Amino acid sequence: MMRKFFIVIFLLFGTGLAHAVLPEEMLKDSGQELRARDISQVLRCLVCQNQSIDDSNAPLAKDLRIIVRERISAGDSNDQVMAYVVNRYGNYVLLKPPFQLDTALLWLLPFILMIVALGAAFLYLRQQPEPEAGDISNEILKEE
Amino acid sequence: MQLRMATVLPLGLFAVLGVVLAMGLRHDPKVLPSMLLDRPLPEFDLASLKIGAPNLKSSELKGKGVTLVNVFGSWCVSCRYEHPLLMRVGKDTRFKLVGIDWKDAPQDANQYLATYGDPYAQIGTDEVGRTAIDLGVSGAPETFVVDAKGRVRLRVPGPLTPEIWDKQIEPLIKESEKAS
Repeated sequence: MMRKFFIVIFLLFGTGLAHAVLPEEMLKDSGQELRARDISQVLRCLVCQNQSIDDSNAPLAKDLRIIVRERISAGDSNDQVMAYVVNRYGNYVLLKPPFQLDTALLWLLPFILMIVALGAAFLYLRQQPEPEAGDISNEILKEE
Repeated sequence: MQLRMATVLPLGLFAVLGVVLAMGLRHDPKVLPSMLLDRPLPEFDLASLKIGAPNLKSSELKGKGVTLVNVFGSWCVSCRYEHPLLMRVGKDTRFKLVGIDWKDAPQDANQYLATYGDPYAQIGTDEVGRTAIDLGVSGAPETFVVDAKGRVRLRVPGPLTPEIWDKQIEPLIKESEKAS
């Protein structure tokens, strides 16, 4: 019974390794193919939006995978391949947005909030009257 | 007073967050700015869908008034939705309407146009989808307004509607007419 249950769970959630790359798309040079896979994993599929082109079965994703491999075969560096795609589709195709002027807020906001929160906590704690040694037990008793 | 600050501040922050998120709901993530805006139309030279007709070349679209480049496919459902509008504006002589048949079998496209009508002055076929990627197309239909200088002035992802036509495309055509 338990065993069947785990098999069902596995079948439901065990698809993490599925990729859309078809054998005939792959490059012969395994080093180049690995680079193509790395690049494909950070490029967004424009049709399904939150999948990478490496994961997506959409025809447009396939076309983009082929272009990535073509550029690599033509001798482009990883950055040049990315620039080729970004030049056509904009920064939106990058699953991880680059750090630049219009994304600075996006990247820095967590740190800004952290500093504000720590500052607020510091000010709040400093305002509390320093309890005197003898008072502690009394305070606890009062609260209870 | 101290207590009031402690109640008002979180509520205030919540209201600000609510407004920001409400604005986010109105923003359609599918509508992206085109990389091509105010840049020249990328080079292409596509075989015609009609046997014997000349290729659809980007170089020949320059210097001849406004061109509307419509990316479509017989497989594309929302293309059917905008087709009546294309049939209507295809008769307009102020601009040239050309089609790019994207990732489609030519016989299917010809069948499609025979059924629903052919609004295009010229049609190029892009079976491999290379030109569509050069144009930054993310799905069909997609329409580009190209001015007389061969620069892309507008990208409309998704089907054209009378509202988009009146508010975004018509002004560009008028502007271009005045300039010439």
